[in-house]
Amino acid sequence: MLITCPYCGPRDVIEFTYQGDGNRQRPQPSSQDLDAWNAYVYDRLNPAGDHNEIWQHSGGCRAHLRVVRNTLTHEISSSGFARGDHKAARHRLETKS
Amino acid sequence: MAEYSALSLLKNAFTGNKDWKPAWRKPDPKASYDVIVIGGGGHGLSTAYYLAKEHGITNVAVLEKGWLGSGNVGRNTTAVRSNYLLPSNTRFYEHSMKMWENLSHDLNYNVMFSQRGCLNLAHTPAQFDDYARRGNAMRHLGVDAELMTVAEIKRLVPALDVSGSARFPILGGLMQPRAGSARHDAVAWGYARGADRRGVDIIENCEVTGFLRNGDRITGVSTTRGEIRAKKVALAVAGSTGRVMQLAGIDKMPIESHVLQAFVTESLKPIIDTILTFGMGHFYISQSDKGGLVYGGDLDGYNSYAQRGSLPIVDEVMSEMLALFPGLARVRMLRSWGGVCDMTMDGSPIITTGPLPGMYLNCGWCYGGFKATPASGWCFAWTIAKDEPHDFNAPFTLDRFYRGLVIDDKGQGATPRLH
Ligand SMILES: Cc1cc2nc3c(=O)[nH]c(=O)nc-3n(C[C@H](O)[C@H](O)[C@H](O)COP(=O)(O)OP(=O)(O)OC[C@H]3O[C@@H](n4cnc5c(N)ncnc54)[C@H](O)[C@@H]3O)c2cc1C
Ligand SMILES: [Zn+2]
Repeated sequence: MLITCPYCGPRDVIEFTYQGDGNRQRPQPSSQDLDAWNAYVYDRLNPAGDHNEIWQHSGGCRAHLRVVRNTLTHEISSSGFARGDHKAARHRLETKS
Repeated sequence: MAEYSALSLLKNAFTGNKDWKPAWRKPDPKASYDVIVIGGGGHGLSTAYYLAKEHGITNVAVLEKGWLGSGNVGRNTTAVRSNYLLPSNTRFYEHSMKMWENLSHDLNYNVMFSQRGCLNLAHTPAQFDDYARRGNAMRHLGVDAELMTVAEIKRLVPALDVSGSARFPILGGLMQPRAGSARHDAVAWGYARGADRRGVDIIENCEVTGFLRNGDRITGVSTTRGEIRAKKVALAVAGSTGRVMQLAGIDKMPIESHVLQAFVTESLKPIIDTILTFGMGHFYISQSDKGGLVYGGDLDGYNSYAQRGSLPIVDEVMSEMLALFPGLARVRMLRSWGGVCDMTMDGSPIITTGPLPGMYLNCGWCYGGFKATPASGWCFAWTIAKDEPHDFNAPFTLDRFYRGLVIDDKGQGATPRLH
């Protein structure tokens, strides 16, 4: 499997570290909302199909990436920086399903 | 007389083996049942068996989307052990171990349970201390555990590189002598036959595609073979848990699905007479009765519902094998495959009532659920029949994650790919 890093180009999956479900919302550090923390730490979307997920190019430039990958075929339909505006990846995911 | 015995073998030999009954019928689904079990893997079948045998509930259907044994029950590497650290895991898996020790007899079906021991190799003094701690925790709960010296290990597995010059020298190990392996197909078939003979309908090629509901309550399922109603609907779909829960409208679970690969070599003469685990990576190996070496390692490491693996793990598993057994470098690998594992956030399973009324949930087996097959079915049947858990599965709730009651044997935290 190849993942395209915006800095480094298409690179082998062994250079990357998987960080899972990219839909999780980390509450504000000061948040006392226990349910929100529980959901952040333990709940995962686990679809059979397109999955919006975070990878780190840990064996390369170390950037965090947002990747949309199909969990049945491993086809990657988009990848980009995880920081900032991830509209592109989100949009791709929404229009695909 | 038992259906399978020396006498019945002899009798059928004289009649040309024409009178054997099929091990289970192929019934059409009825309109309704007392209990529907979704998933004809080891756990679904054992659940149905114990519902009938222990609780007299026989109006039961097991719905399987493929054929029996097409899931992980036919894909695992068959290690059976109860060498856990935390008491709730140890008690549950030791209950399972005791059931394994009598399973062939109970099912009147030879599951070829072979107690050849499981040896965890230690490669650093800290790891050896850690094994001593785990061994003590096991013995404290009445489970067998022995620390082994390098000399003893050399005697048990002469092919192992125990020299100080190995890439990761071996310093000792923790052995559970009663651990072992079994023939996984026989486990599925034995439970299927046992359940069938007690009246359970085993319905293959019947995929659950939705749930029938009355308000919140689950009242049955829609399937590729029509709608079927039931007072109680029990899920035992292992790697497909995420998908099936989505059909019930539950999108998020404390579970990720990951693929695990396994490998088999050509047949060799007896060389490894135990189940061996490598302590400096993630690798385990045993030898089947046919002589093939059966081994595996890490998960591929990212969510997957594809029942096949990728090459980087193949590479890594082979390297770890050669670190232990340089002499196996030229042995040929015959087959490799993958299975989808339902990895929980703490590495421990879930056997519980709910989460919806009328629903019962059995999942989260990670890559260690084969050994649990008898106890899982036994506890799940109890939970379904009595609407409350048995002591053995009471800790394995779904809400433990949100109540600070996680059972994290490895101390790994909520990163399923590392459990
Ligand atoms: C490569 C590998 C090695 C392993 N090694 C070991 C080991 O050494 N020791 C150990 O203890 N464990 C091991 N495991 C784990 C063990 O195999 C599983 O935890 C266990 O088999 C899961 O329970 P099961 O047998 O009920 O699952 P399965 O056999 O997977 O049963 C689930 C069934 O549900 C069916 N299903 C899914 N969706 C639907 C639907 N919508 N409708 C109807 N039916 C459906 C599936 O077709 C499947 O047959 C291993 C797993 C793998 C993949
Ligand atoms: Zn990069």
